[in-house]
Amino acid sequence: MSGRQIAGRVVPLIGAVAATVALAQTPGDLPPPATAGALPAAESASLDYWSMLFVFMLATFIGVGVIRRVSRLLHTPLMSLTNAISAIAVVGSIIVTGSEHPLHIRILGAIALFASMTNIVSGFLITDRMLKMFKGDGGRK
Amino acid sequence: MIVAFTQLSYVVATALFILALHWMNDPKTARRGVYGGVAAMFLAILATWAQPQVIVHHVWIVIAIALGFLVGWPLSRVPLTAVPQRTALSHSFGGLAAGLVGTAEYFLWLGEAPVNLTPFRMTAIIAEIIFGYLTFTGSLMAAGKLQEIRWIPQRPVTFPLQNALNIGLLLLAVIVGAALVLNPAAPWSATAFLVIIGLALLFGVLLIIPIGGADMPTVISILNAYAGLSAVAMGFVLDNKLLITAGALDGSSGLILSVIMCKAMNRSFFNVLFGAFGKVEAAKAASGQKVYKTETIEGAAQLLEQASLVVIVPGYGMAVAQAQHKVRELYDQLKKRGITVKFAIHPVAGRMPGHMNVLLAEADIPYTDLVEMDEINPDMPQCDVALVVGANDVVNPAARYDKSSPIYGMPIIDADKARTVLAIKRSKNPGFAGIDNELYFSDRTWMLFGDAKAVVGELVKQLSGGSGMH
Repeated sequence: MSGRQIAGRVVPLIGAVAATVALAQTPGDLPPPATAGALPAAESASLDYWSMLFVFMLATFIGVGVIRRVSRLLHTPLMSLTNAISAIAVVGSIIVTGSEHPLHIRILGAIALFASMTNIVSGFLITDRMLKMFKGDGGRK
Repeated sequence: MIVAFTQLSYVVATALFILALHWMNDPKTARRGVYGGVAAMFLAILATWAQPQVIVHHVWIVIAIALGFLVGWPLSRVPLTAVPQRTALSHSFGGLAAGLVGTAEYFLWLGEAPVNLTPFRMTAIIAEIIFGYLTFTGSLMAAGKLQEIRWIPQRPVTFPLQNALNIGLLLLAVIVGAALVLNPAAPWSATAFLVIIGLALLFGVLLIIPIGGADMPTVISILNAYAGLSAVAMGFVLDNKLLITAGALDGSSGLILSVIMCKAMNRSFFNVLFGAFGKVEAAKAASGQKVYKTETIEGAAQLLEQASLVVIVPGYGMAVAQAQHKVRELYDQLKKRGITVKFAIHPVAGRMPGHMNVLLAEADIPYTDLVEMDEINPDMPQCDVALVVGANDVVNPAARYDKSSPIYGMPIIDADKARTVLAIKRSKNPGFAGIDNELYFSDRTWMLFGDAKAVVGELVKQLSGGSGMH
């Protein structure tokens, strides 16, 4: 598949997600938050959930669309790659571990960070190790 | 400024993740996918770390990351036959991370700002910990079963009212969760939260004990989806769209793989999770004695030499015996004689999706000769010799017509339509599902009993000796 085709198929979808993210930053005429009168932080958090649901919905459709075309040959590496990608939980762990929180909270965060980091390192490395082995007819000399 | 940088990095990382998965559609571009993923992850970590609120405890972060490297590196060097276990183990790490972050956030807000525990957030936290912790213990159990750890039973464990108990537990967790959503900061809330964690942990264990080895590809895929969903829930809790998108990508990958696996076994999700194979075994084992025809190595080698199309059907037995390198030598020997050799890959052969492809690729067999079931089946009547290496249920013709068979309706590789079948089998016992395989009693089938690696090795020796080239 040519680069142009890739761009044609994927870029608009990415654009859609980016647009949703941008839209999400402007709290418009959304329904009143459940916690009216709460702290501003809580208010904006509840205002934002519609956009989060949108992002989730769009990302799921993109995921299904992209992954359906993954070659069946590569289903094992696909799983270890998505495994490494879902270790994006590392982002949440870093926020919990690094912020000024009580000790027990940070310990939980640090364990989570360790677990996610293990997945990132082993997931990407083993995916690459497996993919290196897939060779076409020409690759064998 | 920092906020803009972080958000922009997240958008770029999301795009890279999508591209990474897109590149996986062809083995030629697949490695680019890994680089894309690594770049995205690096960017995401840096952008998060640079945020002003994360400025305080760098040492903690560095130590946790270093430990992650220390453990992650050896986990990436496991033999490829152990890839299913490693995958299950990393699903469990993913689930654990999500569960812990959810727990930390809940107690943090409970202690400092209960007003942040809006119903929406609470729902997300509950979903995060249920998915997270059940994936944690469920995947640990699956990894243990795959690794054949002694104190985890390999055979499906079933007991009366098992499904009622499992569903009841999950329902209880959801009900307690609903109560928590309504009263996130009541005096009993912290206890209720811990109860949900306990229920989720228990549910994960109970979900996996009735699962047999043949169902592992489906179960691993489902756990993959759960791990993704727990990351999505974390994204909802932390209001982080990168988490939501990356988690959703993982979740949809797990979903699609589960659907493919279920179709390849002609079973539903529900049936895999709640209908253990175990019950049927006793009934089928009583069937009468039938006679195998065995073949010698010399005879088998001769059959192979005279063929013009040989189709090799690999199964879990090949992985257990580590026979893939010997199979490759056999492939080379046959190719040298101008014989066409193809590999017929059943989607659920092995213990995880794509398991056989990876093992054969490791042995340096070009992926162009690895053929999917649907593509090879029309050619099977032209096949001179179908060589079954450690596969069983995926070539059992009973799946086509025997309504009493537990694998009835499962699409199979039509090995029985080949002119001759050579089947390598470790012992005369039935396969993992405990079902007799009629293919072995067919008058076109000759059995070669023994360890797959040893038998294929003998065949290679015979062929290379016979041709006088060594």
